[in-house]
Amino acid sequence: MPVRIQAEDFDIAAEIAALSAGRDDIGALVTFTGLVRGGETASLTLEHYPGMTEKALSAIEAEALTRWPLKASLIIHRVGTLAPGAQIVLVATASESRHAAFEAASFLMDYLKTDAPFWKREDRSDGASHWLDARETDTASRDRWKKP
Amino acid sequence: MRILYFAWVRERTGTAEETVTPPATVTTATALADWLSARSDGHAAAFADRKRLRLAINQDQADFSDPVAANDEIAFFPPMTGG
Repeated sequence: MPVRIQAEDFDIAAEIAALSAGRDDIGALVTFTGLVRGGETASLTLEHYPGMTEKALSAIEAEALTRWPLKASLIIHRVGTLAPGAQIVLVATASESRHAAFEAASFLMDYLKTDAPFWKREDRSDGASHWLDARETDTASRDRWKKP
Repeated sequence: MRILYFAWVRERTGTAEETVTPPATVTTATALADWLSARSDGHAAAFADRKRLRLAINQDQADFSDPVAANDEIAFFPPMTGG
């Protein structure tokens, strides 16, 4: 159940192949890829807290494993300066059947948005630069997974 | 005590990391933030609005009311925006 923080890009096909290589117990494999949106954005610079990031992502992944019968999972998150269209994050989940994989991937992304120590600075095409604020909608998305 | 700052908090304090020895009266993260605020105008600006700040103690999310100790690593940062 690896977690990787890296500046380099990732190859989704290669990651999927590695995740399922030599296995016949996986019936469903879901991937989510987050990309940098363009428009006014010239580039996005991602900063993180080395050490805590790995710890937080591993904790989120461990929580997903207690909730769904996952056969495998993977989180790759890039850091550094990324141009519009660039891949930022990959979440992959594998299970026997599709519901667990879909739900776990959604859960991992919702927690990753609010509980993993990443911050994004947006450099705009007009020269302005600012740190993106956390969105309340992201917190709401995470909180729907909270147990009563 | 090792103090780390990230994102706009780092930009305001002007440093990513500093090692400090606060007085014994600094026993909570709130007291630490108050004490750090006095270090410079930039620190004061960084800590001015606590509602916009989050923190971690030894790499775990924490609250301003939580206790802090001499050997802790304490980080201050804006709400996280991953993904």
